[in-house]
Amino acid sequence: MNQADFYSLLPIIVLTTWSALLLIVDLFIDDKKKGITAVLAAAGLALTMGLTLSQTGQTVIGFNGMVILDGFSTFVNTLLLFSGLMAISVAYGYIKRRGIERGEYYSLILFSIVGMMLMAQARDLIVVFIALEMLSIPLYVLAAIDNSNAKSEEAGIKYFLLGAFSGGFVVYGVALVFGATGSTAFAEIAASIATGNAETLLVLAGAALILVGFGFKVGAVPFQMWTPDVYEGAPTSVTAFMAAGAKIAGFSALMRVFATAFPDIAVDIAPVLAVIAALTMIVGNVAAIAQKNIKRMLAYSSIAHAGYILMAFAAFANPALRDDAISAGIFYLVAYAITSFGTWAIVISLEKEDGKGLAIEDYAGLGRTKPLMAAAMTIFMLSLTGIPPTLGLIGKLYLFRVVVEAQFMWLALIGILTSLISAYYYLRVIVIMYMKEGEPETVSESWLTFTWGAMAVLTVVLSLIPASLFAWASGALMK
Amino acid sequence: MNAVPVNYYIILSAILFTIGALGVLIRRNALVIFMSIELMLNAANLALVAFSSANAQLDGQIFVFFIMTVAAAEVAVGLALIVAVFRTKKSIDVDQINVLKG
Amino acid sequence: MTVFIILALVAIITALGMLISRNAVYSALFLVLNFATVAVFYLLLGAPFIAITQVTVYAGAIMVLFLFVIMLLGTDELEDTDNLTWQRPLAIGLAVVLVVEGIYLMLSQNTLGFITTPSEDLGSPQAIGDMLFSKYLLPFEATSILLLVAMVGAIVLTVKNKKGEQS
Repeated sequence: MNQADFYSLLPIIVLTTWSALLLIVDLFIDDKKKGITAVLAAAGLALTMGLTLSQTGQTVIGFNGMVILDGFSTFVNTLLLFSGLMAISVAYGYIKRRGIERGEYYSLILFSIVGMMLMAQARDLIVVFIALEMLSIPLYVLAAIDNSNAKSEEAGIKYFLLGAFSGGFVVYGVALVFGATGSTAFAEIAASIATGNAETLLVLAGAALILVGFGFKVGAVPFQMWTPDVYEGAPTSVTAFMAAGAKIAGFSALMRVFATAFPDIAVDIAPVLAVIAALTMIVGNVAAIAQKNIKRMLAYSSIAHAGYILMAFAAFANPALRDDAISAGIFYLVAYAITSFGTWAIVISLEKEDGKGLAIEDYAGLGRTKPLMAAAMTIFMLSLTGIPPTLGLIGKLYLFRVVVEAQFMWLALIGILTSLISAYYYLRVIVIMYMKEGEPETVSESWLTFTWGAMAVLTVVLSLIPASLFAWASGALMK
Repeated sequence: MNAVPVNYYIILSAILFTIGALGVLIRRNALVIFMSIELMLNAANLALVAFSSANAQLDGQIFVFFIMTVAAAEVAVGLALIVAVFRTKKSIDVDQINVLKG
Repeated sequence: MTVFIILALVAIITALGMLISRNAVYSALFLVLNFATVAVFYLLLGAPFIAITQVTVYAGAIMVLFLFVIMLLGTDELEDTDNLTWQRPLAIGLAVVLVVEGIYLMLSQNTLGFITTPSEDLGSPQAIGDMLFSKYLLPFEATSILLLVAMVGAIVLTVKNKKGEQS
């Protein structure tokens, strides 16, 4: 082990140490002042983000090829740390209100982010597996952290059983890939497949099982059934983190595995992924129409968005388009993360202590009583639909372009049609806010207001200057 | 000892994996579901060790070691969750854990 | 070969036993037997260290924890509710088809090689230790964090929130 090894993982090492120390420091913080823990956790994330950004543009392979620091990992890690900051910002007042405030809440979020970052940097299937568990275990606990509430516990156990089940698929897939290629390192797997030494059948079966496992994690059809229940039952601040963080990590791992370990079987797998993407978009958007609870509606919406990102994988079949597909995919993840955190912040503002205030009807009259909040919500709903002037539209445009270039016209068509369907239920929220009479009760809490305000501004402003953000995403290449 | 083709080991592990997956799908007791998941991991371990011996590579066995550690961590959290759910619901039948519409 | 077939049958029967038993304690005990059988396979495959770990960690620690929880909750006689009537035969049917197909595919190609007498030092504790602390140092360290997280998580789940104490 030498300096380069440490340098390749410096942000992760710092964040791990920080979260372990936070566990100890938290013991000395009075129960009434847990806000200090939140601030310390946020400081750790900000410090790590600074370190990550300082590594921009560098490529280092560390720990005997187990991990890599490259443009892709820097970009994804920055996005993950941003999600962590937002997750703490929406949780700060909410968990106090729900009576579930604990110092460990913040440490668990930090550990989960450590797992996610490790996943984005992994270059070996063993590291992918361990990172997957490291990000999942804190999420299982966080989903069930309100342990006097049956719904939260139910969400925790459902998420756990399905997460462990999908972990089993990943492990078996890795076992088959190892058997076929004799290695778990991405580069060696790719080399073994390219030279034709590998058993194609075993590799395909292994890749399919790994895909099934990650399909569960990101909520792709037909493995989406846990999503609405878990999203509804978990405390809303945890749901917000799950929706953004787990998706970013899951997709970044999928992208790296399929781009660097299985490039030569991408042609065989792309049509399958295209069908999965199409089904995911259709099921997510159609099921969302019938929902009356906003958390469930957003859960189905998150399934639908997973479908849009999966479209990027269809373009993997064409090696020339691979980099474009990856940039479009991570750009969409940025757009989704920003919009979804803003939306969840508003949902949290309207949620009452006893879990009421989550029906879409409860948003009636928001346009009159809280014009700014309603305006922000309008922006988020437009962005989720993909209507200008929002980031969601730009994200969809890049994705559709790459899908069309890859000759998947039918897939792009389904994407556009399902976006039209989604307009119905997103715009319904706007209509209810402005057209219906009602007296919605909201909680004004400065960090929540900051979150939805800042996210609304980002959604609009970044959509006006997409080129610079996209240039950064295009620079986020895998080495 | 006579030579056993690796295929036979893989077939055995595939059968065990399928039995485990079946257990997750058809049993309703959360504890039995969890045991079935352990069986799935175990099947993967068997395949890994078999491949490891066939290729004369130690990497597979190292992976098994990691899977065991991770399984232990998962069991700690999973059983804590099951106990916590039982304390509030007095049941671990996943069909009775249905406040959410599922 | 005979040894393999006998052990394989034991492994499959114990796995099915776990699946079918109505009583969770029987399920757990069948699974212990299954794990022990797999440990013997590991010995045959020349992985003594993994075999010992299998017995101590899986059969010894994990399954004892399972039995402990079953006894603690008193849920050993939980009857399965039968509102999955049509899914059950379907799932079993699909699984059988899958297994038969898998066996056919695996037997149709025999290029994976044979396992003869495994070399003595391949799976020795020394070789594994050497690899763990050189090539696989990072995953090894990462699992230590994972265990810490699991420990914290288990404690968080069992200690009730303040809200719960009041009510």
